[in-house]
Amino acid sequence: MAEPARLPDAPLLEGEDVTFAYGRTPVLEGVDLSIRPGEFVALVGPNGSGKSTLLRVLLGSLPAGAGRVRLFGQSPEHVRDRGRLGYVPQRPVLASEVPATVAEIVATGRLSRRGWWRPLGVTDRDAVEHALSSVGLDGMADRPVNQLSGGQQQRAFIARAFASEPDLLVLDEPIAGVDAESQRRFRDALVHLVEEHGGAVLLVSHELSAVAPDLDRVIVLKRRVLFDGPPAQLTEEGVSLGVHRDDLPLWLEGLR
Amino acid sequence: MTAVTLPYPFEFLFMQRALIASVAVGVFAPMIGTFLVQKRMSLIGDGIGHIAFAGVGAGLLASGAAAVSGPGIWPVAFALVFAVLGALGVEWLRAKRKASGDLALALFFYSGIAAGVVLVSLGGGLNANVLVYLFGQPLTVDRTELVVIVSLAAAIVAAMLVFRRLLFSVVTDEDWSRVAGLPVGFANNVLAVVTACAVVAAMQIVGILLIAAMMVLPVASGQLIARSFGGTMRWAVAISVASVIAGLAASRIWGLAPGGTIVLITAGVFAVISIAKRGVAPRLPLPVDEPVEQEA
Repeated sequence: MAEPARLPDAPLLEGEDVTFAYGRTPVLEGVDLSIRPGEFVALVGPNGSGKSTLLRVLLGSLPAGAGRVRLFGQSPEHVRDRGRLGYVPQRPVLASEVPATVAEIVATGRLSRRGWWRPLGVTDRDAVEHALSSVGLDGMADRPVNQLSGGQQQRAFIARAFASEPDLLVLDEPIAGVDAESQRRFRDALVHLVEEHGGAVLLVSHELSAVAPDLDRVIVLKRRVLFDGPPAQLTEEGVSLGVHRDDLPLWLEGLR
Repeated sequence: MTAVTLPYPFEFLFMQRALIASVAVGVFAPMIGTFLVQKRMSLIGDGIGHIAFAGVGAGLLASGAAAVSGPGIWPVAFALVFAVLGALGVEWLRAKRKASGDLALALFFYSGIAAGVVLVSLGGGLNANVLVYLFGQPLTVDRTELVVIVSLAAAIVAAMLVFRRLLFSVVTDEDWSRVAGLPVGFANNVLAVVTACAVVAAMQIVGILLIAAMMVLPVASGQLIARSFGGTMRWAVAISVASVIAGLAASRIWGLAPGGTIVLITAGVFAVISIAKRGVAPRLPLPVDEPVEQEA
């Protein structure tokens, strides 16, 4: 594995023995995980299990205390081509003193992909339009974002991540409290990204029922990785992701 | 440079110079202001103005020490250096989270005005030279000053056009922009430097005390009318340019202070638009799906 980045199936995102602590409180201990091209992976865990911290370490906004993190084969803070990463934050807070339209917000997704100094061209407009229709917001491009419902806003943020045509899409609890219609759109969009573009998805969520049949792997985190395997295997252990909506959250709470 | 034929009250050369300089300010101030308002740094222009005042004091002192006949370009040159360094300092404190944006502003704001007071008193006290920069006086803009103002204005507008997409992303969602790999620190520094240049370019027209108003008040009106960020900026520029022309004309006709008159008109426009909006289109209820739960 001298040059992992050049192998076609090399992991897009990889953590080896990742450890992190806030002061003396350990948050992550010896976490191993990897996401390969074309994989649809869910990361679950009870509240306070270190999911958000793990994401921040993997994406380079927090330095790992120990262990090794590789994003696109490089250390995350040195990744030059960050346009390959799409990111949907947990409830992003947009400044809204000045109105901004859905199209204006989604178009910012193109900036890191193609260089922020270049004017937007036809390809960019197409990508924005495509991203909007893949989350079911076509016809809403000129609406101010702050006049959309919560679910529509969240879809706009997902479209912003889609607009960069990412190789790896990371979503932090993107559908908490979102209506059923938005959840269905959301699932279709993720499956489309994986199947049509060969992109990989890492989804951090409590609510996997909408995507359960499509997942390749589920990773269960509680300070360390408790489970990493296909959903069917988790079902064998008596935890259902899809049939009973409450199974997973209840089981996760039991892990505390 | 001779006067072109324009109707009253713009028939004289001094009024035409004032008109060009003021329209330039009317264009760039709200362009920058749109980003500042979105960044919730509406008052940064005021803070940087206070730092620029220290520069004016230092410039007047230096021109006195150099024994030149008048203050000339010295106050503007010193104000530019002080304002740029001060703006970068405020941004540095904010970005390093050594102080909140608000507190960072206050630190520089008061140090600036205090240094200005001390330097001005050393340089001969509050005379007419100082008052021009505090309250603005477009009617006395000479040819050199006009060239300086218009050059700064051209540079500011060019920078805004080049950086507008990056700045929009950063002021609207800084955290996301950082994860997306956009140069967030660079963008914030660009905005700080451009704001400083704008303060200095506008200082002689509306005065240090009223600069922030020209950056913010037209934007306040624009966001009531427009539904997009770009639209807000275009409306703000249009309102600002119209206010500047009307304000200059009014100040000539009735002998009013031009800087104050211009700003009062932008405030009046805001009042009229917000009352009209309330009368014509009462706020519609937002579309509702189930509420987004807040995580503790």
